[in-house]
Amino acid sequence: MSTAPARVKTLKIDDRDVSGREEETILDVARQNRINIPTLCHVPGLSPVGSCRLCLVEIKGSPKLFPACVTLVREGMEVVTKSERLASYRKMILELLFSDGNHICAVCVSNGNCELQSLAQNLGIDSIRFPYRFPKLTVDASHQRFVVDHNRCILCARCVRVCGEVEGAHTWDLMGRGTSMRIISDMNEAWGDSETCTSCGKCVQLCPTGALVEKGKSVAEMSKKKGFLPYIVSMREGRR
Amino acid sequence: MTPEELTNTITTERETQEKFKHHVCVCVAAGCLSSQSDKVKAALEDEIKRQGREHECQIKGVGCMGLCAAGPLVSVEETGTLYQEVKPEDAAEVVASLEGQPVARIKGPSEAPFFTRQVKIVLENCGKIDPNRIEDYLLSGGYQSLTKVLTEMTPAQIIEEVYKSGLRGRGGAGYPTGLKWSTVAKAPGSPKYVICNADEGDPGAFMDRSVLESDPHRVLEGMAIAAYAVGASQGYVYVRAEYPLAIERLQNAIKQARRLRFLGIDICGTTFNFNIDVRLGAGAFVCGEETALIASVEGRRGNPKPRPPYPAEAGLWGCPTLINNVETFANIAPIAGRGGNWYASIGTEKSKGTKVFALAGRVANTDLIEVPMGMTLREIVFDIGGGIPDGKRLKAVQTGGPSGGCIPEQFLDMPVDYESLNKLGSIMGSGGMIVMDETSCMVDVAKYFMEFCMSESCGKCVPCRVGTAQMYDLLHKITEGKAGLEDLEMLEDLCDLVRNTSLCGLGQSAPNPVLSTLRYFRDEYMEHIVNKTCPAGICKIKVPTEVTA
Repeated sequence: MSTAPARVKTLKIDDRDVSGREEETILDVARQNRINIPTLCHVPGLSPVGSCRLCLVEIKGSPKLFPACVTLVREGMEVVTKSERLASYRKMILELLFSDGNHICAVCVSNGNCELQSLAQNLGIDSIRFPYRFPKLTVDASHQRFVVDHNRCILCARCVRVCGEVEGAHTWDLMGRGTSMRIISDMNEAWGDSETCTSCGKCVQLCPTGALVEKGKSVAEMSKKKGFLPYIVSMREGRR
Repeated sequence: MTPEELTNTITTERETQEKFKHHVCVCVAAGCLSSQSDKVKAALEDEIKRQGREHECQIKGVGCMGLCAAGPLVSVEETGTLYQEVKPEDAAEVVASLEGQPVARIKGPSEAPFFTRQVKIVLENCGKIDPNRIEDYLLSGGYQSLTKVLTEMTPAQIIEEVYKSGLRGRGGAGYPTGLKWSTVAKAPGSPKYVICNADEGDPGAFMDRSVLESDPHRVLEGMAIAAYAVGASQGYVYVRAEYPLAIERLQNAIKQARRLRFLGIDICGTTFNFNIDVRLGAGAFVCGEETALIASVEGRRGNPKPRPPYPAEAGLWGCPTLINNVETFANIAPIAGRGGNWYASIGTEKSKGTKVFALAGRVANTDLIEVPMGMTLREIVFDIGGGIPDGKRLKAVQTGGPSGGCIPEQFLDMPVDYESLNKLGSIMGSGGMIVMDETSCMVDVAKYFMEFCMSESCGKCVPCRVGTAQMYDLLHKITEGKAGLEDLEMLEDLCDLVRNTSLCGLGQSAPNPVLSTLRYFRDEYMEHIVNKTCPAGICKIKVPTEVTA
């Protein structure tokens, strides 16, 4: 198969001259250049969904904000990843996430190894401005090795994507809408009863919070290993 | 069907209909059916048989006549007499009066401004033709535009006509239709698809339903012309399942159009092929958003996707896809038939043609109307709508449903077009228009729409999923008299966040009802917050009894 050579674009991110291939996103190029843009839903190797809205950036000349994870680079674009406005939006989005779940870091197995927690720390969040909504959520510990705690789920759908796109099992999916949206295994059955789950644990390792964890871990003991994904993805790309 | 066969069919149909001396039309669209117009129709048929006049009187089931609140409606074609709130018992009198004076007791206002001030393009056949018979549509000039386009015009020429007409998307956003068509036509890739968005979901809006129930062939004809223009061979109508009658008539119309080769292969004797299938929604409002709609047609969860890529480039199954609303497609056949310049002569500089509105709320005539763009709200509400009943005073007009805003009385003389409504902080939307009088509490109205957005948010992106819920909670707190000024500030911050950071149009426009009521009725919010009273007396605020030491 012959493909046309990718065209290279030059652009500015935070006043730095950078270059990227035309099929690369702003986020790809920013990360190559060690420019940090916060994300929660995005994982390199999984299809981007643009749902957490933390990676929104400004592009000079447009009043709109653009999700860096799905916006392709263009010649001459000037991207701003840090501004007062963006910082305030990112903070509010994280605060909304905290207000919509039951995130109690002090008793969480992922304390200290949680992407939500560390992003909040990085953005200097020390209190939540919005009232907590205290949703009544369940914990499913029916699986032999893993637990899903919906109280800590931020609905980033990483588990859904890695299970469907990488493992090919499609055990996880989403059900309901708005604030009643939940991740479900199979047809909303107990995880332990799932006939599709291969118990590979990819969902657990990619989950940014303590929503999907291994059994037998105590507070702050659950650290996750994401290294497998780039390996699998690059192996697959190499074979194509 | 070739042009010659079409002429023959029309001649036969005309001869059949001309045999009847009287044509009595009974509305059988959902509005009148709900007040049992089917029984009225049966009574009229029985009466005609009883009097032995079935050879000279035709009883015809037709679509919406507009005055929905006064149904069941019956009209006599020859005299233009309109009867309202007709009961089966009135049948004998109506039939007896066909030659003489109309029955004064149930006579409706057929010469009223309600009829004379309207300009009907989309609704021109509604209430006149039998939606279940393609022959009736053909007799009123139906499928002649399609025949003309296929036999006399190139795709580029028809796109040019649509472009010239100045038609803008009637689903709400007002994107130029000609531009959309040319984008899809130019987009590389095959196959291409045409989708008709009939997932009408704004509270109080029923424009699309009425068109599909009253004149389904017009939508099919518009889609077929669009398909020819952009180079598609498959189309889908995405209708919400809550419209069973519209679905039934649409499916019947598709079957008839296939039989007469206005759909299918070798359409109108040319080599053009185009098929239409119906896809039903499953009750999610967000599926009216085009990327969510496409996901739903594909059989997936109806979640929106970030754009770009736009559907014109990568839509249904990744192929170039044209999505237009029912009303947009219903405008196509007249534009193709009479030319883009004719259409562009109606309306304002930037908003051409007419717009169908579902007038609801505190107004004398709660109905379906079609008016030229640029008519003022005052004319719509007072001349056509008949004003506010019970001697009450108009407070605001809500347009654009949960994505729109409330326009206060002082702007009633603004022309209704896309730009003016945007300037006022509202939107044209799909055409819902809710009139409110002094008995409405604007905070309560904002809360109502926010509750709608909260429960209809798909939940994918954080600002919309959680932001709308937090905004609803705050509005609820205000209506309970429990909020402070800091809550108002938080509400405004959330409006700004949700509007600027949400993924799709639902979230981006969800704050509009709050923002527009805050802009024009801030004092009402302050009354609730500072004085703990609801000026309209809608919100039940419990005043805490003061505790004295």
